[in-house]
Amino acid sequence: MGWTGKIGWLLVIGLLLVALWAPHLAPHDIQQQDLAARLQPPSRTHPMGRDEFGRDVLSRLLYGARVSLRVGLLVVAICASVGTIIGALAGYYGGWTDRLISGFLFNTFLAFPGILLALAMIAFLGPSVNHLILALSIIGWVSYARLIRGQVLKVKELEFVQAARAMGASDARIVFRHILPNVVQPLIVQATLGVAGAVLAEASLSFLGLGVQEPMPSWGKMLDSGRAYLTTAPHLVIFPGLAIAVTVLAFNLAGDGLNEWLNPQRPRPPS
Amino acid sequence: MNGLTEMLVRRLLLVIPVVWAVVTLVFLLMHLVPGDPVLAFLGETATPEQVAEMRHRFGLDRPLLEQYAAYWKQVLRGDLGVTFVDRRPVAEKILARYPATLQLAVAALLVAVLIAIPLGVTAARHHGGIRDAVASVVALLGIALPNFALGPLLILLFSVKFGLLPPSGFGDPVHLVLPALTLGAALAAILTRLVRTSVLEELHQDYVKTARAKGLDERTVIYRHVLRNGLIPVITIVGLQFGVLLGGAIITERIFNWPGIGTLTIEAIAARDYPLVQGCLLVIALTYILVNTATDLLYRVLDPRIKVE
Repeated sequence: MGWTGKIGWLLVIGLLLVALWAPHLAPHDIQQQDLAARLQPPSRTHPMGRDEFGRDVLSRLLYGARVSLRVGLLVVAICASVGTIIGALAGYYGGWTDRLISGFLFNTFLAFPGILLALAMIAFLGPSVNHLILALSIIGWVSYARLIRGQVLKVKELEFVQAARAMGASDARIVFRHILPNVVQPLIVQATLGVAGAVLAEASLSFLGLGVQEPMPSWGKMLDSGRAYLTTAPHLVIFPGLAIAVTVLAFNLAGDGLNEWLNPQRPRPPS
Repeated sequence: MNGLTEMLVRRLLLVIPVVWAVVTLVFLLMHLVPGDPVLAFLGETATPEQVAEMRHRFGLDRPLLEQYAAYWKQVLRGDLGVTFVDRRPVAEKILARYPATLQLAVAALLVAVLIAIPLGVTAARHHGGIRDAVASVVALLGIALPNFALGPLLILLFSVKFGLLPPSGFGDPVHLVLPALTLGAALAAILTRLVRTSVLEELHQDYVKTARAKGLDERTVIYRHVLRNGLIPVITIVGLQFGVLLGGAIITERIFNWPGIGTLTIEAIAARDYPLVQGCLLVIALTYILVNTATDLLYRVLDPRIKVE
């Protein structure tokens, strides 16, 4: 793996540890307000300053990592599972199953800008973390399904699959025991890159007020409320912005590095 | 019918089920509201009579299939109903805001192309060198920095610190600079990578060797020969990404108080004006389908080897 990929994985591991240990790492209570010290710039006791309610920005940022990564990982897990099953069905059975799935379902879901469909669903369902995860999963599974369909189409023609079929193996056994283990590598790469996309989507929707709700801290929400104090307290925008950028960059580098390492010849899968 | 016309007609026919699905989805969204959309709009203090009157006025008391048929009839006439808030036609409100969004999206597209082509070509020509590395870092930053982080940072730099550009406003071309840069940055990054890869691939083709052997200077080889072929995949991505820009415009418009359809959507969501939200979503989605289809058709005309699957 190249050095950029290694940096990416180091950052990813670092972020996961921060998210896991946020309660121990956070120097202050994330809810504790001090209106007399509102918008205070970074200082020795509050290295990233305080927000509009006098709450510690660093502590909220650390807890924000928990929210972002939880949503990102959960969405990717759901999308990859659902996408794998639907993609495998389309690729393995072909015929009308494939026409319905890849011809109609894929095109319909790709006809909406993803973020718009998620926004629409949350607008009507009401904002909450669970609705956010549901909406992002509904828009996210298609890219995994397309990837798996393409891979299954290739692998199912290989000799070892033909041999398994000749020996009388059931469809389920052929798919789960023989085909899917051979298409797992690109899936892992796509999932790593997918976490970046999901983190970004969560932050975007929270920024629009449609994702994580107060008092739970979210980087997107922090950025949105910080915008009102851009001239007096720019740290309220800079730190959450950096946190999002570093996370997205980390998962992108990690995914690219992994792809390069596993398949030196294969181009990056479409994100 | 000749081959090309038949292909174009077949491609257009593929759009019909997608449009049907989008209209149906937008219609069904209203029924996703937990409880009752009218009650959600009017609030807990509304009397049962008020709720019943409004439900009747908006046809929400009719059977679902009847509502669905009525919705289709409306949409086909170009009528998107009236808003909950002031009972004005939804289409009228959207039409008033639509040009601002298109203006922003087109400007962002221009910004992206103007950054990406020279940057991508430079990176490919100096493959493996320092200029290639710089272009890669710039592209990576463009992808990693989302527009809702980039926008405020640009305002901080160009409006607050240097006082060069206005942080918000509409009407003057100068107001367009920061929003277009914010919205176009991610696309610029994607296109830079694509132009780089595409030009790199073309540089190894035989016709490039021929052009060089003829004694053409490098600039002519790149801009007259290589770019002409290398830009075909770029055109497709530009077209497909135009729709993504429309989605991203919602956030950019909010940052810069840009009076487009994105701001209208967010205002409508905040006011729980569901017919207006439905109208905005439908118009954005249909624009997206239109642009994608047009790009696809253009691509097929440019490169006849591509077949309708």
